[in-house]
Amino acid sequence: MLEIKNLVVQIEDKRILNGLNLTVSKGEIAAIMGPNGSGKSTLSYVIAGKEDYEILDGEILLDGQNLLEMEPDQRAAAGVFLAFQYPLEIPGVGTMTFLKAALNAQRKARGDDELSTPDFIKQVNAAAAKLEMPKDMLKRALNVGFSGGEKKRMEILQMALLQPSFCILDETDSGLDIDALRIVSEGVNSLRSPDRSFLVITHYQRLLNHIVPDTVHVMHGGRIVRTGGKELALELEANGYADYREEEAA
Amino acid sequence: MPAVQETIDQVRSIDVDQYKYGFETEVEMEKAPKGLSEDVIRFISARKAEPEWMLQWRLDAYKRWLTMKEPTWARVSYDKIDYNDIYYYAAPKKNPAPKSLDEVDPEILKTYEKLGIPLREQEILAGVEPQSRVAVDAVFDSVSVATTFKEELKKAGVIFMPISEAIREYPDLVRQYLGSVVPVTDNFFATLNSAVFTDGSFVYVPPGVRCPMELSTYFRINEKNTGQFERTLIIADKGSYVSYLEGCTAPKRDENQLHAAVVELIALDDAEIKYSTVQNWYPGDAEGRGGIYNFVTKRGDCRGRNSVITWTQVETGSAITWKYPSCILRGDNSRGEFYSIAVSNGMQQVDSGTKMIHLGKNTTSRIISKGIAAGKSDNTYRGLVSAHRKATGARNFTNCDSLLIGNQCGAHTVPYIESKNASAVFEHEATTSKISEDQMFYCQQRGLSEEEATALIVNGFVKDVLQQLPMEFAVEAQKLISISLEGSVG
Repeated sequence: MLEIKNLVVQIEDKRILNGLNLTVSKGEIAAIMGPNGSGKSTLSYVIAGKEDYEILDGEILLDGQNLLEMEPDQRAAAGVFLAFQYPLEIPGVGTMTFLKAALNAQRKARGDDELSTPDFIKQVNAAAAKLEMPKDMLKRALNVGFSGGEKKRMEILQMALLQPSFCILDETDSGLDIDALRIVSEGVNSLRSPDRSFLVITHYQRLLNHIVPDTVHVMHGGRIVRTGGKELALELEANGYADYREEEAA
Repeated sequence: MPAVQETIDQVRSIDVDQYKYGFETEVEMEKAPKGLSEDVIRFISARKAEPEWMLQWRLDAYKRWLTMKEPTWARVSYDKIDYNDIYYYAAPKKNPAPKSLDEVDPEILKTYEKLGIPLREQEILAGVEPQSRVAVDAVFDSVSVATTFKEELKKAGVIFMPISEAIREYPDLVRQYLGSVVPVTDNFFATLNSAVFTDGSFVYVPPGVRCPMELSTYFRINEKNTGQFERTLIIADKGSYVSYLEGCTAPKRDENQLHAAVVELIALDDAEIKYSTVQNWYPGDAEGRGGIYNFVTKRGDCRGRNSVITWTQVETGSAITWKYPSCILRGDNSRGEFYSIAVSNGMQQVDSGTKMIHLGKNTTSRIISKGIAAGKSDNTYRGLVSAHRKATGARNFTNCDSLLIGNQCGAHTVPYIESKNASAVFEHEATTSKISEDQMFYCQQRGLSEEEATALIVNGFVKDVLQQLPMEFAVEAQKLISISLEGSVG
């Protein structure tokens, strides 16, 4: 379970998150929607531990552990996974090499043995097949020369492999065509489990047709301003964010 | 990916001090009087029991050197060197010319053991596949203390011995080739070396012979205030092949020490020489105190048709590096290759690169240089590619990539291209990149620590060059690179 209490964050003297409160229970899929600049991506980076952000107040607890006191890699080992909006390219580093290094680093941090190479390859191949990923993608350098859709699929592959307990999808639908959206969504759905929660950040309702959320939160001005069920997404799709903007103007 | 994991473990096992070869061996040494003079040169020549021609050669070089000026064109800066404040000869007092390992001072044997250099053939043989055997010539300050597998190599017709011994035993060969690639008058440091060189390796591979094992020389500077001036001469006769590796380390000291070596390679018709270097001289401390000045002249002559010379270097040590392993492509269809990884951290200064001189027809060359700068270091690639007017069909491909870690270091690329033949085709590619904070964060988000992430990204960057090294050294070099960059991020 993830609990965020009164989170206040700024970057270069600009306040981005303003006393944000959010709870995501075990097994829950929570969607966060909101207009550009409402602080959605900042929230995902702060949970994952990116530098540059100044935490002025509040706390983030994952199963009772204080994430704000941990390094990004420790958070990863504790179960946090962020599917990036713009996955990074790592030239010269083979995808398999990277995946194995990441997996074993996390296993080691948790005190588990390293995975044997045959077992590792089996797991990767299984996950790749599910995502309809061409085999040669795994032989290339990580994300180098991948299309936008391929990069997103690679993120989900990593998620499947690393088996995190708390997954953040940061605008995973952006830049995906309909087929890719379906494949990626199926990949995510197959990872749904009572032990795993998701925070799905998106602008558009269409992703939520594929990944059906338990709750929908509307974020605006660095806060959660409204919370509802999956029908809230449809309402937003119909009315836009105008209501919230007016509220701010008033 | 066990290699990277090993790298990480290695990095972890090292405490604050990153240079693990910095220990000193207590051995009683015999030294020449401090400073440089004709007498000192006579002293060295006498200690080596050299023939008269060799002494004369040295004295001529010395006279010439006195008229020369230290070069200043490299992008490095250092306090003036007092050439009279250096010992030019230091050898273990007990038995400076041991006949077998049993005669070698146990302290010295222990030193090499500690450095991980196997000097006992039985130990090397035990449990190791025959094809990965390596013959070692171990040079301790000014003398060679041991050479392994000499007998077995001799059976194949390969001569592998300290150059001081070769001067006595094969004077004709040495006389024919010594100074034929790097002339006595070549440059300030090469001329100095010609006057005072003390030891190094000599290799001769006869026609048609493929040298049955890797040859290597391990250079160790131990004595204080002592310069090391080694001289290596490798001749690959027609149709032969040899692969040679050198490694180097030195104790940690606050003073700078000079290392001015000369390496000459000669490849005759259809011969191939692969020369690999893993250079890990003491680089000085974080404030730039101490460290080796590595001022080295290395040159290969593709003298025969279809000959090939490949230089591969992994440079992580030295306070200052000034070195340009080059190829003279004299024979038609000959090929020169240069693969380099130069890592600088702390206050290190590197000015390194290569020269590819195309003289013969249809000669080809390839340069792949990867510079990695971290800390407050400066890392310069300097390279010359030239085509003589007779070098019809000459081709070169150059690729220079620089990787910056942090924001206080510098990377510089200085390519010189000269073509006097209209048919020559020279290509040059260069990139400079930085390990971005976003890349680091991405890797850390997947569970890799900062060090692991750096190691991974750097290994990716240098992969093309590491692949050129013999297997066992590639792993070693990979570790070395990670160690050199420890603590450079953030």
